Amino acid sequence: MPAAKKNGQQTVWFQNPPVIVATATIVGAKEGQGPLGHTFDKVVEDGYYGEKTWERGERRMLAEVMQTAVSRANLQPQNIDFLLAGDLLNQIISANFTARDLGIPFIGLYGACSTMYESMALGAMLIDGGYAENVLVGVSSHNSTAERQYRYPTEQGVQRPLHAQWTVTGAAAAVLSRQGTGPVITHATIGKVIDLGQGDPNDMGAAMAPAAADTMARHLADTARQPEYYDLFVTGDLGVYGRELALQLMRQKGYDISTRFNDCGVMIFSPEQDAHAGGSGCACSGVVTCGYLLQEVRAGRLKRFFGLGTGALLSPVSTMQGETVPGIAHGVVIEGR
Amino acid sequence: MKDDQPLEIQKKQYKQMVDGVRPRPALARNVFRAFVVGGLIALIGQFLINFYQGRGLPLTEAGAAASATLVFLAALLTGLGIYDEIARFAGAGSIVPITGFANSMVAPAMEYRGEGLVLGVGARLFTIAGPVLVFGIVTAWAAALLYYFFR
Repeated sequence: MPAAKKNGQQTVWFQNPPVIVATATIVGAKEGQGPLGHTFDKVVEDGYYGEKTWERGERRMLAEVMQTAVSRANLQPQNIDFLLAGDLLNQIISANFTARDLGIPFIGLYGACSTMYESMALGAMLIDGGYAENVLVGVSSHNSTAERQYRYPTEQGVQRPLHAQWTVTGAAAAVLSRQGTGPVITHATIGKVIDLGQGDPNDMGAAMAPAAADTMARHLADTARQPEYYDLFVTGDLGVYGRELALQLMRQKGYDISTRFNDCGVMIFSPEQDAHAGGSGCACSGVVTCGYLLQEVRAGRLKRFFGLGTGALLSPVSTMQGETVPGIAHGVVIEGR
Repeated sequence: MKDDQPLEIQKKQYKQMVDGVRPRPALARNVFRAFVVGGLIALIGQFLINFYQGRGLPLTEAGAAASATLVFLAALLTGLGIYDEIARFAGAGSIVPITGFANSMVAPAMEYRGEGLVLGVGARLFTIAGPVLVFGIVTAWAAALLYYFFR
């Protein structure tokens, strides 16, 4: 017998759609200069954010957005049942160390850059399952901490390929609640890990596009909806070329979403900012969703969208050993209420 | 691409799709920039050699002094956060000359300062330059061996 709140193969629906009651975002200087700069709560000019290392700076951003989101929801940390968070650093130290200071029961997540949507999907399940009243979700990434872990030292003089992306510096957090006012999460589609053999660690858009297309098509099939049902499909960080690949893959699956498809990585930087294919990182989908997208929903300009976090599940070790890059995409449906 | 096809065929078709979408690097432009900037660095080197020779150093020592000066300048520019901006423009033009080597030593040194002097800077100083040294030394050794037997 299929589960009571499951639609089709990979989609769950929420009987009482959890409410996104509060959000908070912080970004770095480059993101602040981008086209969405005005939609973020705070722009931090100093990459260290007053700390001794970049890692500590990233952590401070994450802690700050979490505290802001909780206080905007008029809650105290002790009112939060679970904290779901993750980041890109080895052993997710940003999330772990932030949780150490917050004192909220913590579930650490790693979905690479898909973590924001992974955490929203799981948080909504916890709430609608009756296991939580309030869940705090959050992610962070930092260009300098990610570059040094995955690629080169930051001051190393290298010319990046045109399809490379720029890890977004920033942090985003959201409070999901069983009741309250704000946009709601009605469905979540959990993605499968998909690998079509792309091995270039610089081209994560190409590695993730098949996963994004698979989750989008699966969601539409599971819910028996047409693409027109949504105002927008928005992926996390496919970048310019990954977005194009996802569009082509969707067309092959029989769906034309070209008029209603965007990508947070494409939206966050303008072409003049020399970010090449666009932004990436946990914070990319995090800050664009918790900033611009949810503001549009609250203002009524966007009624319903299917957002996807897209993750490239590589590690520096797997790349060195010549493995290909598996991708994953988790999606949630967010509606204005 | 149909989902019911074998994965290997899907992979092949997807590779074609990716190759069609992926942007081509502006090869002519990159080569030109590399040529100009690399040449400019060489020109500065020649200027420095002439300068040191003019102050009375013999040619080999003037060359060494010029190299040291270039290494110092590259290290300084790396520390100021300028060298990676030059490299973004110049590509191979700023990687190949001696200044690129200096950059590849100073960048990790700065990067891993947070992990301490010994296990941070000390252990990681050669992460980029290390392979160059290893294979440079191996090649020199092989060349010397050939020279010894076949001269």
